[in-house]
Amino acid sequence: MINLYEVNETNKMIEQENLDVRTITIGISLLDCMDADLDRLCDKVYDKITTVAKDLVQTGADIEKEFGIPIVNKRISVTPIAMIGAAACRSAQDYVRLAKTLDQAAATVGVNFIGGYSALVSKGMTTQDEYLIRSIPEALSATNNVCSSVNVGSTKHGINMDAVRLLGDVIHDTAEQTKEADSIGCAKLVVFCNAPDDNPFMAGAFHGVSEADAVIHVGVSGPGVVKTALSQVRGESFEVLCETIKKTAFKVTRVGQLVAKEASKRLSIPFGIIDLSLAPTPAIGDSVADILHEIGVEYAGAPGTTAALALLNDQVKKGGIMASSYVGGLSGAFIPVSEDQGMIDAVEAGALTLEKLEAMTCVCSVGLDMIAIPGDTPVTTIAGIVADEMAIGMINQKTTAVRLIPVIGKGIGESVEFGGLLGYAPIMPVNSFGCADFVNRTGRIPAPVHSFKN
Amino acid sequence: MEDKIIVTVVGKDTVGIIAKICTYLANNRINVSDISQTITGGFFNMMMIVEPNETEKPFDDLQRELGQVGEEIGVDVRCQRSEIFEMMHRV
Repeated sequence: MINLYEVNETNKMIEQENLDVRTITIGISLLDCMDADLDRLCDKVYDKITTVAKDLVQTGADIEKEFGIPIVNKRISVTPIAMIGAAACRSAQDYVRLAKTLDQAAATVGVNFIGGYSALVSKGMTTQDEYLIRSIPEALSATNNVCSSVNVGSTKHGINMDAVRLLGDVIHDTAEQTKEADSIGCAKLVVFCNAPDDNPFMAGAFHGVSEADAVIHVGVSGPGVVKTALSQVRGESFEVLCETIKKTAFKVTRVGQLVAKEASKRLSIPFGIIDLSLAPTPAIGDSVADILHEIGVEYAGAPGTTAALALLNDQVKKGGIMASSYVGGLSGAFIPVSEDQGMIDAVEAGALTLEKLEAMTCVCSVGLDMIAIPGDTPVTTIAGIVADEMAIGMINQKTTAVRLIPVIGKGIGESVEFGGLLGYAPIMPVNSFGCADFVNRTGRIPAPVHSFKN
Repeated sequence: MEDKIIVTVVGKDTVGIIAKICTYLANNRINVSDISQTITGGFFNMMMIVEPNETEKPFDDLQRELGQVGEEIGVDVRCQRSEIFEMMHRV
């Protein structure tokens, strides 16, 4: 029988330590909507999304109320749109129409983001893939809720450097087209290596082609809970530290599993995966950087940070994996800058640099995330940063991602305010030496030797 | 409704908290299967496991009305389905 202590512990996590379910995301396949006629395609896409996801928001709210656990976001991911529009779209403009259709569908069902305005081009781009990628700046400035991602590399295929170079321009143009709002369009654009098919987290979510017609994924969070648990074991050994993280991750993930199963039952949509992520928010105490501080580094970025993060990421997985029948997505610790007050503080204190963040991405689940850089950063430098991050993912057989925001009209010493869950960020300096001759080479970087496993 | 519900009551201790909550539950044909309670420094903290299988009342109404009962006596009353605690604390 449940006892008073356990009930109090759970409710304290929710009320004081920001425990929540970060997102219920329905992945929807749009493969059956494909059509050579753009009008018909848009109608079918709109109808399918608004039919499958019509009860998502209400169901999320019901579960939230009955169990007393906040479910922060309800979202939708769809099959990569480059593929869905391949027969109908004859130009980048045609793809923008599809983006607007997604935006309308998202608004109709009341979700705050819809992901999947995406192309998978790790080995090569079709003409349509290229149209979609070139349409991203306009698509993201003309819509509110659409999120875009491009997978430009994988351990199996190597890195498509033509796409990386193109994305240097696309990131810059997206910033330019949304400069009135501090280049916020870039916060909705992720460049991936080894992108997972079942990621429920934005902006990088899309519904992979290997997935079923519709599926429910849940992303859990809880940095505040881990931090509070660790504050009880200050000065203890690594064994005690790791045990504490594991036990806490287990508890957090169990809540996600419960919500996922319940949502799946009520919506009659199969359960896909739980994404065991420590996803911070700008709220005080909801910070991965604060966990690193609690583990023992003065600020995120100080020597020891990469080791502390590696340990944290691994223990979160070890604890969470037993709590859920299916684990997937990104699963690990997220280290966005603007969405984490502790990271922002570390940047402002001069402890955390872009280069240290790059090192940290080698051992955690994502990549260079929500980092504001000067608006006059050359496009070849942006492409170079992307290429470096993709190489880390390719060689280490892990997902890496880049979400950089070159803030047009702003430079080092200034900061940028995105608002809400996206937070604010000080603009970080970028290495000013050039890499144009490197990124202007055409073609792709071959797959690494350890990908040949057959 | 068949599932167990956990009712938690937190607030400044005063006369008749348990009486008021239990009266409401009894009037709505809700059985109480377990109660545990502590008072620390004048602060009242109680958990009840209740079985709403005989009540006609929907969960939403139960949650709202118990909240109102709590407001009248100056305590915070929450109603949550028990699975969230079972999932978190039992393997």
